[in-house]
Amino acid sequence: MAATKASKEQKYDRQLRLWGDHGQETLENAHVCLINASATGTEILKNLVLPGIGAFTIVDGHTVSGEDVGNNFFLSNNSIGKNRAQAATELLQELNTDVSGNFVEESPDQLLDNDPEFFHRFTVVIGVHLPESTCLRLGSVLWRASVPFLVCKTYGLIGYMRLVMREHTVIESHPDNALEDLRLDQPFSEFTNHIQSYDLDNMNKKDHSHTPWIIVVAKYLEKWLNEHDDQPPKNYREKEAFRQFIREGMLKKDNGVPEDEENFEEAIKNVNTALNPTKIPSALDDLFNSEQCSSITSQSSSFWVMLRAVKEFVHNEGNGSLPVRGTIPDMFADSQKFINLQNVYREKAMEDAATVSRHVESLLQSVGKSPESIPEKDIKLFCKNAAFLRVVRCRSLAEEYSVDSVNRDEIASCMDSPDSHMVFYLMLRAVDRFYLQHSRYPGVYDYQVEEDISKLKLCVNSLLQEYSLNVNIKDDYIHEFCRNGAAEPHTVAAFLGGSAAQEAIKIISHQFVPFCNTFIYNAMSQTSATLHL
Amino acid sequence: MADVDEPEKKRSRVVELTENMMVDGGNGPVCEWSGRWNHIKKFLERSGPFTHPDFEPSKESLQFMLETCRILLIGAGGLGCELLKDLALSGFHNIHVVDMDTIDVSNLNRQFLFRPNDVGRPKADVAADFINSRVPGCRVVPHFKKIQDLDETFYRQFHIIVCGLDSVVARRWLNGMLLSLLVYEDGVLDQGSVIPLIDGGTEGFKGNARVILPGMTACIDCTLELYPPQVNFPMCTIASMPRLPEHCIEYVRILLWPNETPFGDGVALDGDDPNHIQWVYQRSLERAAEFNITGVTYRLTQGVVKRIIPAVASTNAVIAAACATEVFKLASSAYIPLNNYMVFNDVDGLYTYTFEAERKENCSACSQIPLDLHFAPSSKLQEVLHFLTESSSLQMKSPALTATVEGKNKTLYLQSVASIEQRTRPNLSKTLKELGLSDGQELAVADVTTPQTMLFRLCFTS
Repeated sequence: MAATKASKEQKYDRQLRLWGDHGQETLENAHVCLINASATGTEILKNLVLPGIGAFTIVDGHTVSGEDVGNNFFLSNNSIGKNRAQAATELLQELNTDVSGNFVEESPDQLLDNDPEFFHRFTVVIGVHLPESTCLRLGSVLWRASVPFLVCKTYGLIGYMRLVMREHTVIESHPDNALEDLRLDQPFSEFTNHIQSYDLDNMNKKDHSHTPWIIVVAKYLEKWLNEHDDQPPKNYREKEAFRQFIREGMLKKDNGVPEDEENFEEAIKNVNTALNPTKIPSALDDLFNSEQCSSITSQSSSFWVMLRAVKEFVHNEGNGSLPVRGTIPDMFADSQKFINLQNVYREKAMEDAATVSRHVESLLQSVGKSPESIPEKDIKLFCKNAAFLRVVRCRSLAEEYSVDSVNRDEIASCMDSPDSHMVFYLMLRAVDRFYLQHSRYPGVYDYQVEEDISKLKLCVNSLLQEYSLNVNIKDDYIHEFCRNGAAEPHTVAAFLGGSAAQEAIKIISHQFVPFCNTFIYNAMSQTSATLHL
Repeated sequence: MADVDEPEKKRSRVVELTENMMVDGGNGPVCEWSGRWNHIKKFLERSGPFTHPDFEPSKESLQFMLETCRILLIGAGGLGCELLKDLALSGFHNIHVVDMDTIDVSNLNRQFLFRPNDVGRPKADVAADFINSRVPGCRVVPHFKKIQDLDETFYRQFHIIVCGLDSVVARRWLNGMLLSLLVYEDGVLDQGSVIPLIDGGTEGFKGNARVILPGMTACIDCTLELYPPQVNFPMCTIASMPRLPEHCIEYVRILLWPNETPFGDGVALDGDDPNHIQWVYQRSLERAAEFNITGVTYRLTQGVVKRIIPAVASTNAVIAAACATEVFKLASSAYIPLNNYMVFNDVDGLYTYTFEAERKENCSACSQIPLDLHFAPSSKLQEVLHFLTESSSLQMKSPALTATVEGKNKTLYLQSVASIEQRTRPNLSKTLKELGLSDGQELAVADVTTPQTMLFRLCFTS
């Protein structure tokens, strides 16, 4: 057992550095369903099997054709005529023995007819190349069961993904460029006390040059506030004056030339961001004001209970601010000064988290749940990430497809530019319509290409008419969508395979932020867009 | 087994049906089966509104790709495995792959052509074997070598080169190699000598794919500033003022290890040896404790020592796919190729940004203009060296300088051979005038970042 754990640590080392052991655990407890082991499907699954999801189940009623083997790495020509779910499972399973692979030799329609609750067991369901009717049926089952549904399609050089999820909460969004939480505009008392011990005007050279820039800025800010009626520097001119103020504080050599004080240079460079007012991000404010936060019940998830607790904190002990994050960036300073300063922030963060904890406890008690039901470490993690919390809601397919709730505005405004990625969404919808009418896709065989163009155009027009969409779709796109004959080129399937798999990992791990709600990839121009439909 | 005929019958019926449904049957080589290339043929044999202006639908394109087109793949790692699969399934059956590495257990989370049993074997060999057996008819030829071990006769034989490297230095070297293959007639570039280079790179959830036409579009060196600089902590921080756990680890790696040689004299720190890492880890903990620094872990220690870049299968899949699509476009003219740089990031939703990287007028690699070096005759040689390594547009690693002085070829400074380094070291503190260099003279510089010697012109300032 210990041996396997150690070798898993080694094998997964490169990804553990991204989502941690706790993230990996969520993957290993996940069971993913793939419907249709086409090239797109197996490519998606490959990128889930390799990082070690617990289990997968492929649902596919098709038999393997020669064409399938041609673009699919996980089908061999030996498997022509076999059930595709079974054939693909074998070659995907052998990628990673940690993963348990299963297959069901039925079409999703059959399962929906006989046993729709079959789909309830999955952490996420990925549907590839589903005809519209199947997609909508499955969508409604999964929506009711609150199982996230990722719809994927590769059509010629176009990739399409649609995420359907009621509500997805993210504590660890890991933003790329997060602002530091230094509180220089509203220093907490422990910080103010700490900097009392620094008298910049009366320090020896070594200490002066090794004082962390945060303290330098704080001290000069104190002086500035004294001299400016408690008004901090606000506009460019004032900030420039403030920077100059700090510069004048640098030690000078006997000849008047300033000493080399890297910490002071850092202070000057950081004035702009350091003076940013501490405030609650508007996205977080929206969450505070949402229904789920306002009415906490015994059904509320930990996320909402903790959020409510943080809100309580903000309105009470926090004086309008979030719990202190507790981290500071590295800066030029001697070890002791830096560590001491870092500890001031860390201890304040712990104190704030403990206060939030008390709010959590009373909330839990008020709905009859035990205070242990949300562990301390979860609350700490939540507080540390308070400024970066995200909630993603992707509306149902029923809403997207209904004439009453279709997002006409989004479609029309995108189509103001007739080459916008939105045109590919509309073409995919038209092609689905074609399939409904003709039980086949346009232009699959050479002789069909020419005559299908006008048939597809009729589908486009009926689509636009049904939804009262006053947009123009260039003939070129209709021609292209007949010409590509529903082909699924491997490289486009592989691009989508990587994209969709990572979205599934985000859904499973609740780390990083999933897209919402439609993603279009155009391999012709190597461009993409996210649409809200 | 009463059923043994059934699957046969079923299979031949499927084949028969498929053949009947196709307008053109097509006779392929022995390992072909009906319908194999259906997904690709549509883009080669049918005209369309978005094709390249040069595109002509033809049955010959597929044959060209299968039988004639030669692709060189550099790297059989995270991107390389994906690229091999993508290229093989896109109709490219003549692929050479170069990789100097052997397989490590930490590769297995994404380099899917390798299995636990393969650990220790050369990546190029194992990858080639896997593809050749999984994709009938594909002939991948492996080269367990450094790219520098191969010469221009090797590189010249390929139609397209695709890179999945993890080193900027290697990229620059390859870039330089392809530039050196360019033929100019009367100052005009012979386009036949241009070998397109498709380059992909990934790091965590970020990646990029670019198309380079050497001599025609922006090259690797034109956009050197796009590559993030390597994080190196200042020595004074490491030696006397650590603040972060990383500083403690670097202290052990850079200062303690050479001093204590814990595994024997001259035994270098091997990031792949768990015993070495364990030693560094323990000492780093001690160092951290001295300064009340928390956060040193085994994982962090290994990450710092090996300069580990986090990696997942998904990002590599995306970037490799984009690169392979470009190879397909270039080989077939099916669509207009990417012009010329795409950036990808899926930390928050999925984000791509596509733009045209511009050629730098005075690019040290591709502009053909000898670069001017401006120094006073009283400047020391050391300053010239410093410029060559620190300049953001040159970023050389350990340049070797030679010049013609009084009609004789003179090595001014060379680091890579100990005896020559010793002999030429005094030159570093001599002035350019003392070394006998004159205004306007050529300096030849060799470095790992370029396969050919670069020529600079010395311009004396007053």
